[in-house]
Formats: sequence, structure tokens, C-alpha cells
Amino acid sequence: MTAERLIDVDGVEKVFTVRRKAGRLRRVRHEVRAVDGITFQVPRGEMVAYIGPNGAGKSTTVKMLTGILVPSGGRLRIAGIDPARERTRLARRIGVVFGQRTTLWWDLPLKDSYELVRRMYRVPDAVYRAHFARCAELLDLGPLLDVPVRQLSLGQRMRGDIAAALLHDPEILYLDEPTIGLDVISKAKVREFLREVNAERGTTVLLTTHDLTDIEQLCRRVMVIDHGRLVYDGGLDGLRAAGDGERTLVVDLERELPPIEGVPGARTVKVEGPRQWLAFPAGRSAAPLVAAIAERYPLVDLSVREPDIEEVIAKLYAGDGGRPDRTATAADTP
Amino acid sequence: MASGTAGAERMRHPGRTGRAAAVAHGLRAYGLIVRMWIRSTLAYRTSFVMMAVGDLAATGLDFVAILLMFSQIDALGGFSLPEVAFLYGTSSLSLGLADLLLGSIERIGRRVRDGTLDTLLLRPVPVFAQVAADRFALRRLGRVSQAVLVLGWSLTELEVDWTAGRVLLVPLMALCGTAIFGAVFTAGAAFQFWAQDAAEVQNSFTYGGNALLQYPPTVFAKDLVRGVTFVIPLAFVNWLPALRLLGHPDPLGLPGWVDFLGPAVAALMCAGAGLAWRYGLRAYRSTGS
Repeated sequence: MTAERLIDVDGVEKVFTVRRKAGRLRRVRHEVRAVDGITFQVPRGEMVAYIGPNGAGKSTTVKMLTGILVPSGGRLRIAGIDPARERTRLARRIGVVFGQRTTLWWDLPLKDSYELVRRMYRVPDAVYRAHFARCAELLDLGPLLDVPVRQLSLGQRMRGDIAAALLHDPEILYLDEPTIGLDVISKAKVREFLREVNAERGTTVLLTTHDLTDIEQLCRRVMVIDHGRLVYDGGLDGLRAAGDGERTLVVDLERELPPIEGVPGARTVKVEGPRQWLAFPAGRSAAPLVAAIAERYPLVDLSVREPDIEEVIAKLYAGDGGRPDRTATAADTP
Repeated sequence: MASGTAGAERMRHPGRTGRAAAVAHGLRAYGLIVRMWIRSTLAYRTSFVMMAVGDLAATGLDFVAILLMFSQIDALGGFSLPEVAFLYGTSSLSLGLADLLLGSIERIGRRVRDGTLDTLLLRPVPVFAQVAADRFALRRLGRVSQAVLVLGWSLTELEVDWTAGRVLLVPLMALCGTAIFGAVFTAGAAFQFWAQDAAEVQNSFTYGGNALLQYPPTVFAKDLVRGVTFVIPLAFVNWLPALRLLGHPDPLGLPGWVDFLGPAVAALMCAGAGLAWRYGLRAYRSTGS
């Protein structure tokens, strides 16, 4: 089955011209390639994480996908629409949440903002009532509806913003750092809600975040952008391998002993009383290591730790992001 | 998947026939937002009344200055008190209406700077309608009502032979004047896409222009009068049509038909301001700053 390419990005670029002072009057123009030729497709109903360090080009990409910014090059289609040319037509089919700023009217009570959204998007009454009830229930909006947006806490405002982005039942939801600055409970609520929306409505979700728990809990597919280029596009598991990560074998011995030696492919990285930590390449099996250790040491207990995804991503960023041959394909995503 | 995009197909706007639909669409959005702000303003009725009265009193003070002047003199540049009141009323009414309807647009610079303009670009209605209607300040009716009072009084006092044409000229002047000031507001706002702190430049043309137009053109240097006739054609707000109406000679000695160019000038300025706005927004969307 060939899935519909709801989001179709082909070699899209965004080049900004920056003028810098050079001498008293002379200005030097130079080009900044914020997005440097990225290509990806997202089929309907998928939830994708779009991550990268600050300034990597994430927000610029989202702005091009939503029609705020016009690409300098490449081809971009969202549900068959060119965002740069038909921004307002596209607006009815997408929902956008910026974690750092609200799309609601700051001085109006939440319910007035929703009313305005309903009329602006010409949401049919039945659709509106159903979505509003569902959002209000799942996001606990009831007590907040009469409060002006500026008086809401960050977590409350975020919930309010997410509901506002969904009232017109968009096919695609873009979330730019939706959990930034939220407490643990608010984060959990937002994630739970997004999962429900994706499952129930089949809404396609593209999420930029710095919170790796967001990714682990919501997305099976991850795209990593660095220096304006896509350096990884694939499953979360593949990301671990791509980052040359190491797994850790934690062993508990009967008593305190000198660092374990002579186990091929592994090295002891830490000793703490009878407990020792051994690092080994992520791609290898732990079984032969365990056998080798058990043969020569009094082994009581053991556990294997997956490489920390945060470290893996840090390694990806640090690596040469410009080499296109490092770009994995989406083929391995389910 | 069913999706709530009922209106999406209706909004296929490129093409000639779509132009009128797009304007209607923008006006509708403007109306929606304005209504919401009026409702929220009226939720605090007392504070609204006080603000409006304050606005009325503050703008009324400069007419008090004119009254004080006329307590010492009989005519200013050959214009009697009712005649100056007529100039004052028409100019102030035009500016008041433009300010009421579009004044919020001067905040565009701040929106560019703090990035909130992006959120407006995400909605399925024109950015111009959203910015113009944003925080619609009903209290600006204070200036408008003060101008109406002064204008109404001057109309009862003026010694003019009120033919049908002359009666029609007064609302036409207000309409063209509003359009001209509105165009200046818009052009100033468009300029802020490049220079985000330029609101003051535009204010010097709108509020400054109004302060100028409240007095007869005969009291100013000819170069200044030329400037507001040919460069920033504010003279068409009230000076030129008022000279005709009141039977005063034109200090620049322009041909008589120029007095009737108001609507054409207003239309041209609106078209120019509209282009500047579109150009500014396009520049923003390609540079993101």
C-alpha cells in the first residue's frame, strides 16, 4: 500500500541574507542557509518528531510548512497545497501550536478566543460542539474558560492553545515545543491528549521538541536536523545505532573486587563497591559478555542499559551533520 | 478521514472574480474581531465611559485653544470662527474615524519584533483585517464625537448657501478624509515591516497633519501648503474642498477643478498604501524579520 504523502518536502531551502557592518558605511552581505535542502515525506496519520539543536532550522522549517515563510528553493506541498501561495486556504486544514507564544487573544477570556476561532474558520456547529466538548474534557478546560488568557499559567495556556489549534479539526497538527516549561503533570496530560487525537481523528502530527520523553512516548519516527540538513530520518531504535551508542552492562558481584578485565569487546567504566559498569558497542549482543564474566567472577545479578538517547543525539549533532551519506531513510519506519 | 474544511474550497482566491470575495471575506473577519473587542470593552462599562469622556476632553482642549485665540481676534488668516471650526471639525472627524477603524495597525512593528505576527499568518483571514481590528478601541469614539459636535455647531453658524451639492460635499469630505488618513496609517504600518520603530514617523503625518489642517491654509507658509498638497496630499482632506465651500481663494492659485479631486486622491492613496502593505508583508515572509 502506498501511503498518501500528506506532507511532501522536496529539496526545500531557506536562505537569509544578512547584512553586517564592515567599516563605517560599508555593509557586507552574506548568506545564511537556515534550511539547506531537506527532503522528507509524512504519510497521513503519522506522528513524527522533528528535533535538532537550537538554530538548526527546525522553526524555519515549520514556518515554511505553514506558509509563514516562503522557501528560497525546492518544492513544498501540504495536502497538495503550496503553502507559500495559498496560505489562507491551507490555514483551514492545519493547526499550529507555538510553545513559546500563544495564538490566543491575550486579553480575551479563553471561551471568547474559541468563539472567534470558530467563526474565523467557519467551523460547522456540530463539528465545533463535538470537538470542543472532547478537548474541554481531555484537557480539563472547564474551569479556565472564563479566565483571560494572560492570567493563565503556562501549563493552562498551553492546554488552551492546543485545544484552539484543534477546534477546526485540522488534518495536520504542528507543535513547536509543546511541552517546554511545563510541569510533569501538565506534560503527561498534553502527551496523553495528543496520543488520543492521533488515534481517534487520525490527525498527522509533526512535533519539534527538546524533551526526549515526548519523542519516546509519542513518536515512532524521528527526524534530526542539524545545520539546516536532515542528518537522520528513521525509527527511534535506529537512532541509537546511528549515534554509535554504547550499551552498558551493570553487574553485581558477591564482593568488592578490582575492575573486571579480559572480557573482549567490553571495558569497565565504573566501580562502586561490589557493583561494576561495563560499556560495549550497541550493536553487539550482551550474552557472550555475561558468559565470559560469569565464568571467572562470582556474579550475583546483572542488568543491561540501553544507550541514553540524549547522548546519542548529542553525538549526532557533534558529528559531521553536513554529510548527506549519513542520512538514513524513512524506509525502516513502520 | 472527514475533516472540518467546509469553507476551504470556497476560499480559492486567485483570479479576478475572487478579488471581491476576498475583500468581503476580510471585512467579515474584521467585523468578527471588532465585535469581540467591543463586547469585552463593554464588560467594564464604567471604565469605558470614563476613557471615552477622557478622550473627548483631551481632544477638546485644542479646540479650546482656538476659542481662546478668537476671544482676542475676529479672524484668523481671513477665516471666521465658524469657518475655522468647520476646518477643525472635518479634519478631526476624518482622523478620528481613521484612527478608530485602523489605528491599531501602528502596532505592527512590535508584532514583527516579538514574532507575534507569525500567529496572525496562521489564520485563514487576511493579516490586514486582523491587525486593524486588533484591540479595537471604542474609546476613540471620544475624538469622533467631539469632532462631530464642533462640526455640527459650525454648520449652524456658517453663512453658506446650502445647495444640495454643498450639503453632499460635507459627508463626502469626511469620507475622503478618512480614506486619506487611513492610507497614511497603512503606509506607515507597511514601512514598519522594514523599520520597526517607525510608528512615530507616521504619527507626525497623521496627528501632526491633523493639527495643521485644523487651521486655515492662509496662515501657513506657501511651501508647507504645497507640501501637503502635492507630497503628502493631506490638503484634500479638508482644505481644498472647504475653500470652495466657504468661498475663499486658494492660496496656491490652483485651477478650480483641483478642489474636486478629493475622491480620486483618496482612491489613489488607498491603492498605493495597499500595495505598500502587500509588498511589506511579502518582504516579511521572505526574510522572517
